[in-house]
Amino acid sequence: MPDFVSLDDAIKANLTDGDVVAFEGFTHLIPFAAAHAAIRAGIGDLTLIRMTPDIIYDQIIGMGLAKKLIFSYAGNPGVGLLRRMRDAVENEWPRPLQLEEHSHAALANAFEAGAAGLPSAVFRGYQGADLPQVNPNIKPVRCPFSGESLVAVPSIRPDVTFIHGQKADRKGNVLIEGILGVQKEAVLAARRSVVTVEEIVDNLNAHPNACVLPSWTVTAITEVRGGAHPSYTHGIYRRDNQFYIEWDKIAADRKRFQEWMEKHVLAESEGVFAKRIQHLKSPRT
Amino acid sequence: MKDEPYNSDELMTIAASRELRNDDVCFVGIGAPSAACNIARLSHAPDITLIYESGTIGVQPKVLPLSIGDGELCETALTTVPVREMFRYWLQGGKMTIGFLGGAQIDKFGNINTTVIGPYGKPKVRLPGGGGAPEIATQCAKIFLIMKQSKRGFVEQVDFRTSLGFGSGGNARETMGIHSSGPVVLFTDYAIWRPHPKTKELTVVSMHPGIAREDIEATIGWSPRFADDLAITEMPTDKEIQTLRQLKAVSQAAH
Repeated sequence: MPDFVSLDDAIKANLTDGDVVAFEGFTHLIPFAAAHAAIRAGIGDLTLIRMTPDIIYDQIIGMGLAKKLIFSYAGNPGVGLLRRMRDAVENEWPRPLQLEEHSHAALANAFEAGAAGLPSAVFRGYQGADLPQVNPNIKPVRCPFSGESLVAVPSIRPDVTFIHGQKADRKGNVLIEGILGVQKEAVLAARRSVVTVEEIVDNLNAHPNACVLPSWTVTAITEVRGGAHPSYTHGIYRRDNQFYIEWDKIAADRKRFQEWMEKHVLAESEGVFAKRIQHLKSPRT
Repeated sequence: MKDEPYNSDELMTIAASRELRNDDVCFVGIGAPSAACNIARLSHAPDITLIYESGTIGVQPKVLPLSIGDGELCETALTTVPVREMFRYWLQGGKMTIGFLGGAQIDKFGNINTTVIGPYGKPKVRLPGGGGAPEIATQCAKIFLIMKQSKRGFVEQVDFRTSLGFGSGGNARETMGIHSSGPVVLFTDYAIWRPHPKTKELTVVSMHPGIAREDIEATIGWSPRFADDLAITEMPTDKEIQTLRQLKAVSQAAH
């Protein structure tokens, strides 16, 4: 059974300087509250893994807490580029950032292989593409049966995975619904996992095929309403698209970024997330 | 511009929508592809299957999503599958008839760069990277390219080949063991291009109304080829324009 603890305690017990960490969620259910708590704790030298680094890693990278990024699409979805990550790659500000770059197919396969306890993932991919030339972790392999030329990438086994979900019951079983991304794989592949949920309930009321993570796969659980904002939680609040558009301006300037982080992350606590989603709960007009 | 019945961006999107069929299974990207696919769905192809890489299959959005994973997609989807399943079963498994691609740079063989401008290790501009594109380019039965023309974007050689078009041309795909068609058409704000049957060089087959060869030459970083039987792209109908503008208006209001 997982520990029901405060977010700060969950971070303290599960995330350490130098860890390999995945804060997963494919556009949906991105664990922003957890990342902000990690930023406040100042835990650094992290190797960050995410298919889509999104604003959540733009913030961690911009704060100088990451040494390496493993990723497959580093854009602000629907808006443009991730400007803090760009600054780190192009100008080494605030520190250099090592990149290990893959395709979505490769990382999805690598998470699955991690969950399956395999050392690597084999798939058909990267045909005619340049990434294998710049990423030594993409290797050709031959199918021993058909002779077909395929590729292998190392499986992903994070020290710790953070995800956000709709609800957990009092035993610590977790339900996630909607766009599922690779969260189930990311939790099962990790040594430890921390889950924030919108609410803790008596009964999950999950249908037989629902995506449920049994309590014994989760290390720590904490309730954070709105914990995915500006991403969203299906059925509870909408994606704050306006904020994603605004982030492009905030992140365009180093000073503005630092001031924003100071005010809205460092000087805040996770309680603020419930307020941030108030205007996103009503149905779209 | 106010009196213009349509603009070149709109025609680019509408021209793409016209080539989508009711029985297509389409891997949709954000932006122009998403608009083109949904115009097709709202007009001549009501049963087209639209799939977004977030795992949403058979979506019928009322507003165009800002991101690939907006709630609107999941709420209107026939079903939503995990991302590994999307790429393993549905894309790699060969279930998609059409994939849409575009990027920062394209060459005459439809190879695309969305990774870096400049050298990979010391980029001048670090772009988002490939996402789903490297596998979309080879695992969908056909590829539709959509991209606005500019000298900066239409280059002799892409700085990084994020996704394969026809490589160095001719039968390059076949020699790599790839059996899908690759790019069958490129829609731009000036013209419609198709690969030459033998060389696979993208060739202008239809110019949009009011566009001259010189206009195209002035926006392409190589000396573009024109088909012998060059056509003029059909103007958007009132209905097409209305559908597109309505969709964009409600989408803008929603975000």
